[in-house]
Amino acid sequence: MINWIWAVIVLAVLFGLAFVFRAAGAAATGNKPYFRDMPFAVAFGYVFAAAAIAGGVWLWFVPGAVFFRWAVQFFVAAAIAAFIFRLAGRKVGTEATKKAFRHMPLTASFGLLTILIYALISVFAGLLAPYGQSEVVGAVNLLPGGDVANGGDPAHPLGTDQIGRDLLSRLLYGAQNTVGIAFATTCLAFFLGGSFGFLAATIGGWFDNILSRIVDVLMAIPSLIFALLLMTIASAWAGSQQWQLTLYMIVIIAVIDSTRVFRLARAVGQNIVVMDYIEAAKLRGEGLPYLIFKEILPNATAPLLAEFGLRFCFVFLTIAALSFLGVGIQPPLADWGTMVRDLAQFINFAAFSPLAAALPLMAAGAIALLTVAVNFVVDWMLQRSSGLKE
Amino acid sequence: MTEPLLKIRGLKLEGQSDETWTQIVNGVDLDLKRGEVLGLIGESGAGKSTLGLAAMGFTRDGVRISGGTVEFDGIDLVNSRMSVKRGLLGKRIAYVAQSAAASFNPAHKLIEQHTEAPVRHHEMTKKESEEDAIRLYERLRLPNPEEIGFRYPHQVSGGQLQRAMVAMAMSCRPDLIIFDEPTTALDVTTQIEVLAAIRDIVDQFDTAAIYITHDLAVVAQMADRIKVLFRGDEVEEADTRTMLSEPREDYTKSLWAVRSFERPAKPAPATDAMPVISVQGIDAAYGTAKVLSDVSFDIHEGRTVAVVGESGSGKSTTARCITGLLPPKTGVIQLDGEDLPLDYRKRSKEQLRQIQMIYQMADTALNPRKTIGEIIGRPIEFYMGVSGREKRKRVERILEEVELPPGQYLHRLPSELSGGQKQRIGIARALAAEPKFIICDEVTSALDQLVAESILKLLARLQDERKLSYMFITHDLATVRAIADEVVVMKDGEVVEQGDKREMFRPPHHPYTDLLLSSVPEMDPDWLTRLLEERGRDNIGDASTGRAS
Repeated sequence: MINWIWAVIVLAVLFGLAFVFRAAGAAATGNKPYFRDMPFAVAFGYVFAAAAIAGGVWLWFVPGAVFFRWAVQFFVAAAIAAFIFRLAGRKVGTEATKKAFRHMPLTASFGLLTILIYALISVFAGLLAPYGQSEVVGAVNLLPGGDVANGGDPAHPLGTDQIGRDLLSRLLYGAQNTVGIAFATTCLAFFLGGSFGFLAATIGGWFDNILSRIVDVLMAIPSLIFALLLMTIASAWAGSQQWQLTLYMIVIIAVIDSTRVFRLARAVGQNIVVMDYIEAAKLRGEGLPYLIFKEILPNATAPLLAEFGLRFCFVFLTIAALSFLGVGIQPPLADWGTMVRDLAQFINFAAFSPLAAALPLMAAGAIALLTVAVNFVVDWMLQRSSGLKE
Repeated sequence: MTEPLLKIRGLKLEGQSDETWTQIVNGVDLDLKRGEVLGLIGESGAGKSTLGLAAMGFTRDGVRISGGTVEFDGIDLVNSRMSVKRGLLGKRIAYVAQSAAASFNPAHKLIEQHTEAPVRHHEMTKKESEEDAIRLYERLRLPNPEEIGFRYPHQVSGGQLQRAMVAMAMSCRPDLIIFDEPTTALDVTTQIEVLAAIRDIVDQFDTAAIYITHDLAVVAQMADRIKVLFRGDEVEEADTRTMLSEPREDYTKSLWAVRSFERPAKPAPATDAMPVISVQGIDAAYGTAKVLSDVSFDIHEGRTVAVVGESGSGKSTTARCITGLLPPKTGVIQLDGEDLPLDYRKRSKEQLRQIQMIYQMADTALNPRKTIGEIIGRPIEFYMGVSGREKRKRVERILEEVELPPGQYLHRLPSELSGGQKQRIGIARALAAEPKFIICDEVTSALDQLVAESILKLLARLQDERKLSYMFITHDLATVRAIADEVVVMKDGEVVEQGDKREMFRPPHHPYTDLLLSSVPEMDPDWLTRLLEERGRDNIGDASTGRAS
């Protein structure tokens, strides 16, 4: 109750300040239209942002706000890294890449850098990781930090999990497994959904009807349950073959997700197919492959790219969810989804020991970071390819 | 009252492109008295629409007022508060946009959108405003004024919608209306209705208006004074009659001269000559809706046949039948005396090559993701099997033929070109296939008059050099006069009249041809008044009313 009253009071004060801010701005600048015509919401936004920054500074000095300090430090470090990366990109490389880097926003540079690091890690995980992914090497549940006094071990800088496997190694291998599989799945989903979507849009008629109804049926089944069902069947087929089950998983998730891609590609394709240049190409006598890949696809890249970014994240989460449910990537293979599940209980200790809570958050953070990075890059590419300025 | 209603002094506007601001209107002065109509003319990019909006104290995104003043009835519109402007817009200043179809909200009935402004400005109650709307509809001679307001925008025709928009602008009886090309998208016969309606209602309520257009003949009917703009500068201003009879500046004279382009007529073909394209009695339908019935005409080598008619008359459908996109139900289409398969998918590569098409909207006819070199190179590669350096050489030669310097254009995208240049690329793509016959579908109607003329001249020259045959689809009779050898007049999917151009422009006509011919605005300020008297008040544009209802 008291909190609630406090919130109302703070809000009222902010409203008052917003009025004062706008009036003061107008008075100080000699009635410039910027302040004079400023909507109240904008003035409030300024005041609110100022209050939020002040609150942030205060929070920085609160001893218990460890995560907040970590987040700010990480944010600043990421910004600096992205800035340096962009500077480097402007100096090194071909003319084309240099030009791309010159007009790149910081977010995109951060996204690119992150994706690059993830890619390198997943390729070289075997070399980088100090231990194997399924190797039991130390005491169980060692905390990150490597400080013995805090319950860590210098040999395992990110700690160990519930059966004593090195978390750093598992995170690195997890990149290989999770990212690699998610990427392959998304690509397959786009290949399937995109090709059939464009075909349906170009040919139309009964072909479009049959494909669309099949997709409707697939979409009518809740995707996670459907994936779970198919995975159960697949695991019976796969027997004890680990790689076979992974392959089945890729195909199953790709097919289920390709229905969404199909819908998008068909809708986008239908808008493009009616253009005069397609008609001109048809009248020239061009075949279907030329129409689809040379005429339609280049004009559909913008929406498809945006969808790719989103779809990648969804696939990623689906794999994590399947692993969480026990039918995805099978132990002992390292996977971020499984790691979050296995260590999830530690989140309860956040109030007492931030380090303990960090155990599951590392894998979760790795997923979140990649998701954000991919979307940053996709946004940027979208802006470039569509020529949007704002 | 000596003080003008609208007073603009030294107005400068800047537009943003690639994060730099460039000036698009360089200090224009403008005075408008109460009840006066000022015509603003110029090519696209002259800044006339931007100026028209700025006269309301409004700028589009990416445009800003960088200097000068706009005073409306003593109120400074540049520096006044948003709330002050909001009190004026819709109430004392109204705006009629070019495309009524894009300006009405498709989700609401016309009358609901009509009553919005009066109700918000507390001028009338909703009920009063609805009654007033019906009165206005009646005045604008909309069919069924009692109930037309209760339709949705897609349920009325383009001309009716444009008039409904004029009625909406009138809803608060404003002192000033800005008309931004209100008839450009309409057929000549429909245009007459809208022009007459606008002129009547502006007279009746003594409203001042700024009429923006690129069509000189239209502005001659509407305006008391004309101001000519060129690239953001005022060229000259004078009252309408003076401006038409004795323009001072060279630029204005060149605008006036455009309408006089006419190529000499060619001799009639020998009676036994084999036509390049022969259309014989084709019937076509979209589903069950019949759109063409018994259309026949021949096109001989090196000649241009213009197909005219208003929208919905089946001109473009005829073109679709010839190209094979819409196989006709019955009838024969012959190329050089040989029957063509009716479906384009069954035609041979060689047959496809001989028939090429140039489209109205170069924007949608060129793939925005391909360079000019790729667009023109593809037919060469596809039909002639030429690639590499030889292809490049041929592309350059074709670019030269359409009067574009090849060096600069090969690697550009269509979006980097102007409208006229894009249309030249469209022509180049058709030429690249080395066809015998080209269908030109309204190729000049989206272009400014000067540019359109240069395109027509280019097409005429190419025809002479390459012995090309054209089927020229258009609704603009000035274009027909300029380029055609023969004319086919179509209405409701039937050929109404056809024959040699010289005969067609000489009476007696078929009544429909007569209606079309007489609906083309002339550069005479009294033309509309005279025409309306001749036709009688009640049946102007009787060809089109009721068509869409």
